[in-house]
Amino acid sequence: MSELLPQQQIDKLKAHAAEIEHPHEMIVDVLREIQAHHGWVPDAGVVLTAEILGITPVEVEEIATFYDKIFRQPVGKRVVHICDSICCWSTGGEEIADHLQQTLGIGFGETTADGLFTLLPTCCLGACGDAPAMMIGLTTYGPLTATKVDEILAKERAELAKTTSGKD
Amino acid sequence: MTDYTQVLFKNRRPGETASLETYEKTGGYEGLRIALQKTPGEICAQVKYSGLRGRGGAGFPTGVKWSFFPADQPGEKYLVCNGDEMEPGTYKDRQLLLADPHQLIEGMVIAAYALQAPVGYIFLRYAYEDCSQVIERAIAEAEAAGYLGKDILGSGFSCELHLHRSAGRYILGEETALINGLEGRRPNPRSKPPFPAQRGLFGRPTNVNNIETLANVPHIMRNGNAWYQQLSAPESSPGTKLFGLSGHFNRTECFELPLGVTLREVVQEYGGGLRNGKRFKACLPGGASSPYMTAEHLDVAMDFNALEEIGSRLGTAGVTAFDEDTCMVAVTRNINRFFARESCGWCTPCRDGLQTISWLLDKIENGQGTEDDLTMLHDQVRNINGRSFCALAEGAMGPVEALLRLFEDEIKEHIRKGKCPFG
Repeated sequence: MSELLPQQQIDKLKAHAAEIEHPHEMIVDVLREIQAHHGWVPDAGVVLTAEILGITPVEVEEIATFYDKIFRQPVGKRVVHICDSICCWSTGGEEIADHLQQTLGIGFGETTADGLFTLLPTCCLGACGDAPAMMIGLTTYGPLTATKVDEILAKERAELAKTTSGKD
Repeated sequence: MTDYTQVLFKNRRPGETASLETYEKTGGYEGLRIALQKTPGEICAQVKYSGLRGRGGAGFPTGVKWSFFPADQPGEKYLVCNGDEMEPGTYKDRQLLLADPHQLIEGMVIAAYALQAPVGYIFLRYAYEDCSQVIERAIAEAEAAGYLGKDILGSGFSCELHLHRSAGRYILGEETALINGLEGRRPNPRSKPPFPAQRGLFGRPTNVNNIETLANVPHIMRNGNAWYQQLSAPESSPGTKLFGLSGHFNRTECFELPLGVTLREVVQEYGGGLRNGKRFKACLPGGASSPYMTAEHLDVAMDFNALEEIGSRLGTAGVTAFDEDTCMVAVTRNINRFFARESCGWCTPCRDGLQTISWLLDKIENGQGTEDDLTMLHDQVRNINGRSFCALAEGAMGPVEALLRLFEDEIKEHIRKGKCPFG
């Protein structure tokens, strides 16, 4: 996953940008596509987004740095977002966050040595009825217990092992 | 549990999303057929007289908002659906979309026709990837069936809908920040006036409504205002409302209830009481920015006006309960940290004021608080209220102000004992 986006996808985005009146509105879309393909958005991704949309890199950067779900630093293959807002907090979210740090052996903002998981706190995930909750990639999980967290991480690991071996 | 009429949730089945076929069988898109026989002005008037109030948190009358919209003005006009739903304790729009998404599509087409704003955007938060897939399928189904796209049902009216997937941050739920977000501008809020109805998306007239609000519109068109108004008791708050229960309730689910049910009914009948047989201490009645209600408010009707009368707000009707063992200073600290972190940093009262409140609540909760800190907390609330650029900081003051008003003894106990009395 060293390339930012496949050429075909770049061409498609450029063609769409040329068709619409306000290509600016595609900034978040393009950043999300780069992130989906490359895992995170490096400086070159900001420049590529600007080039696709015919705008300046700073116009992209002011957007990229605003959103907490656009990663401007390297992250693991899966980002684990653990909710720390009120409903999860009141149902044991802090204990789940502690368990995640212990079992992954990392603190918030860190990535496991095998490069698989990055752990980040997040505000409310809109899963308040299933609290405490977390999101891995784009999938929400809850209500969590320490045992369930272990099962989910094992499942994610197995899926990652499958995709990696399939590609290599 | 009383067998209340289900409107928005009538097709809800566990683990299923209603198909277009199911939706049509239960009267789906009949509201659109009826609406297209009327003039746009007639629809706006009907929505106004139905009494429908915005379900996103503010409770502003939807038809009144629509009446400010310059539907006759030539040129581009936009309809935007606010699907940011990031107020902690709020998950009703997700439940609605996962249950029966065509209500939103039909509501948007009717609104687009009523406002003569034929281009619509659905703004959806990052965490709702499940909903985004449901919406994309619903849009495709509606287009294939002739409910969306060119010359809808042979009426000559055309409408297109676009889905925007966002990338986080609570501030995007503020309508002008959301508009900046759609445009690909940095999503700080814009100054009002000009209001979005005059200059909104791409500088053009724009109307922004919440998902649940728009989803009510087809039912009002199909069944009429008299039917809509008899769904609930309070004249000021007609219709049903999705109540999302969370926190210490035994049942943390989303229920469709008539506006005006008492808090007691919500707590006892729907929440099933509190976990481990504990007593109810307090709740957020409508998301993290709504001032607390306590056990003395159990007989208050859960509607817009009744909650304002007791100094709270119905907000999003995401009800988060706290049991008798909960420290309300700790609750407020958690909520305030959320707002402080999500402040966009544009204005000083919000950027610095919320951090100061976090610092004060930390001090008090950790047992290092003084009487001066309590005075300073009062000062901060007074200085932030009415002085921030948008409603974020004002909302953040809801729980802090309620903590000071309802739980001052608890704060003082922290100060006196030099530690949190709840351990």
